[in-house]
Amino acid sequence: MHHVRLSGQLRSAADNLEVIDVTADTIRELLFNIAERYPQLDAHIEAGIAVSIDGEIYRDNWNTKIPPDSEVFLLPRIPGG
Amino acid sequence: MAHDYSYTKQKFKVIGTRPERPDGIDKVTGRAKYGADATAPGQLVGLILRSPHAHAIIKKIDTSKAEKLPGVKAVLTCADLPDLTGGNRDLQNILENCMARGRALYDGHAVAAVAAVDAQTAKKALKLIKVQYKALPHVTDVDEAILPGAPIIHDWVFTRGIDPAPTEPSNISQRTQFGHGDVEAGFAKADVIIEKTWKTEQTHQGYIEPHACLASVGPDGSGELWVTTQGHFTFRNVCSSLLGMDVAKLKVTASEIGGGFGGKTHVWMEPVALALSRKANRPVKVVMSREEVFRASGPTSSTSVDVKIGAKKNGVITAASAELRYQGGAFPGIWAMLGAMTSFACYDLKNVKTVGYDILCNRPKVTAYRAPSAPMAAFGVESTMDMLAAEIGMNPLEFRLKNAAKQGTRASYGPVYGPIGIKPTLNAVKNHPHMRARLGKNQGRGMACGFWFNFGGQTCVDLNVGIDGTVSLTVGTIDVGGSRAAISLIAAEELGIPYEQVKTNVADTASLGYNDMTEGSRGTFSTGMATIFAARNAIEVLRERAAKMWDIPVDAVVWENGEARATGKKHGNLPRLTIKQIAAKAGNTGGPIAGHNEVVADNAGVSFASHICDVEVDPETGATRVIRYTVVQDAGKAIHPDYVEGQFQGGAAQGIGWALNEEYIYGDDGRLQNPGFLDYRIPVCSDLPFIDTEILEIPNPNHPYGVRGVGETSIVPPLAAIGNAISNAVGVRMDHVPMSPPRILKALDDATSS
Repeated sequence: MHHVRLSGQLRSAADNLEVIDVTADTIRELLFNIAERYPQLDAHIEAGIAVSIDGEIYRDNWNTKIPPDSEVFLLPRIPGG
Repeated sequence: MAHDYSYTKQKFKVIGTRPERPDGIDKVTGRAKYGADATAPGQLVGLILRSPHAHAIIKKIDTSKAEKLPGVKAVLTCADLPDLTGGNRDLQNILENCMARGRALYDGHAVAAVAAVDAQTAKKALKLIKVQYKALPHVTDVDEAILPGAPIIHDWVFTRGIDPAPTEPSNISQRTQFGHGDVEAGFAKADVIIEKTWKTEQTHQGYIEPHACLASVGPDGSGELWVTTQGHFTFRNVCSSLLGMDVAKLKVTASEIGGGFGGKTHVWMEPVALALSRKANRPVKVVMSREEVFRASGPTSSTSVDVKIGAKKNGVITAASAELRYQGGAFPGIWAMLGAMTSFACYDLKNVKTVGYDILCNRPKVTAYRAPSAPMAAFGVESTMDMLAAEIGMNPLEFRLKNAAKQGTRASYGPVYGPIGIKPTLNAVKNHPHMRARLGKNQGRGMACGFWFNFGGQTCVDLNVGIDGTVSLTVGTIDVGGSRAAISLIAAEELGIPYEQVKTNVADTASLGYNDMTEGSRGTFSTGMATIFAARNAIEVLRERAAKMWDIPVDAVVWENGEARATGKKHGNLPRLTIKQIAAKAGNTGGPIAGHNEVVADNAGVSFASHICDVEVDPETGATRVIRYTVVQDAGKAIHPDYVEGQFQGGAAQGIGWALNEEYIYGDDGRLQNPGFLDYRIPVCSDLPFIDTEILEIPNPNHPYGVRGVGETSIVPPLAAIGNAISNAVGVRMDHVPMSPPRILKALDDATSS
């Protein structure tokens, strides 16, 4: 079970919760599970989302494993210049 | 083959050396082919008619006279660009920005286009297009755009991020919030609080090469586009979506690029050029004038930012907050959100809150500019940091060191940091000789910190070994700052061959798998990673071929220093086989020797920089001259230090121009007053000192060589570093960028009169 923290913009799509508990081994599983529970998050995932695991930001590689007890944070996908 | 991304402390032979870039001679002798340098048989000249109004209904466009003009082969309006987006709002916005659909939303918005046999005919045709406008009220200022009664830009924009959802349209497209802790409780514990509003004006990336392309679409629906771009695969996908073309039938080739800095991550006139070509059944070349680049490509936001920071007298920050208002032009953006995420990222804060408001107004669609949105936030925060340090009587460097983020800090944008480099950059500044240099009259020294995320992304590399043992690398990320040299160094390092034996080429979209754009400081990080893995794949093939040539098991072959060596008592006395010898026999051992890799390269590693700046202010004119400048930044491993330093220097130079002179100036009529380099002044060589650099190499644990992104962070600190230096030079705190001579003179006069 991961305690997944949400950035402000995403909280409004998840009943204004700051932290949600999700069981997942990979980013793909994580996103699937939270979208199932909070369908409004689906639009954010479609628009692009980044997942921070222990401070490392993943934007694309949904196969990434989420180690047990890691700190997981969801934030909007960010462009560069 | 699965590869390990982890940093391995590999000892390098060629990484870290400084060979000449392969495109250097072509670029200084004029042989390099840029966006405007392509030609095709029968090509036409495409020109675009642009709105003279900041905001207007387009009642009617009469193209009949233009169509009848001899030499005109196609005239285009939005009617020729039907909405094929399937309701995708982002694509609809791009389509509408490329060609107005019933309403001109800013001065310079495209309303029609022509393709003719020559420029003279095309210009004449533009004059023959009659557009009936009904001018509408407009707004170009970020703060005025959210006042009650301001003209609403789009009736379909309702502010996102507000609960309950609003029922009235608004020029605020979204509200975003980041932070943690209890800022009110934190401010209550502070001994000193500084609260101030900071403004920055809109600037352009100022790339020297204007947007340019040559488009050719045939009657079978296949097309080609030669274009200056930061991402030809993205341009292919967007253009084909807008025009209803099959992705595989549009080949996009990236020209050499004369600067992009984020501004060439987006399509502007390229879909129009393709549509003109399709209508005329001839190739069409479109080259923007400088005026068009300013009026109708994608500058960065103008901003208005409220910053509040409180601290104890011992220098510990108890709370920090910011409200950031960024205008994104006529279409919704995420620019304030980025400002809200980056503003306090350098610091270890228990109580922090940032709120961003993305705001629409009648200006061109904002796009990314090098560490997009971070410099404006840093201007407010880093200036306030200096004011607060002065108020509590603490050295501003020590104040920053005391509050700097570290491993385990919860970043102001949410996650907890792993190993990061802000403290090392500050310590390097503290120990730098620049900090001890003497200053003269009217001179002052300032410093500031900056942060940017850096990104990886989808990347694909082909590595082919030629029959002479030289290596051809095919990559899909365009080279903005010397990445071909860096990538060649990486291939040479892995294969154990000299740099001169490797040639890196950027492929067109038909020749390689999809690659994300060169943005987010990802070029060398991502393509370098794919190159390492492609080279390792090729080495496996080389070992197999050597084993065949020797007729021994592949397990008995190792790859060392560019050669295959047989191991063990039985085979150890075999003479080594060089890459050239193995390549020469490839036809007899299994065919071409190649390595390939596709990767999603995440974890480019966040980046921090600290800058030192000395200025001299002329109190008679208000003119500021930067007399010394030093950039200290964590680069991870610097593959080619020259080009890392070049990125540091380039970012600083752009930041200096932004800080001192550059600004979009709009008249009361909502029209841009200074769309040219005479009136929009970017720094030239004589304006700048040599920009000193110090590369800190704190390895990224998530890259085999420890590489981080380096290209963007260096533009973040200069605005505040210069503002702090001016304050220390002449005692006035500048709260409005650019800190141009008239503004400084006024501040000096105000200070004298008060």
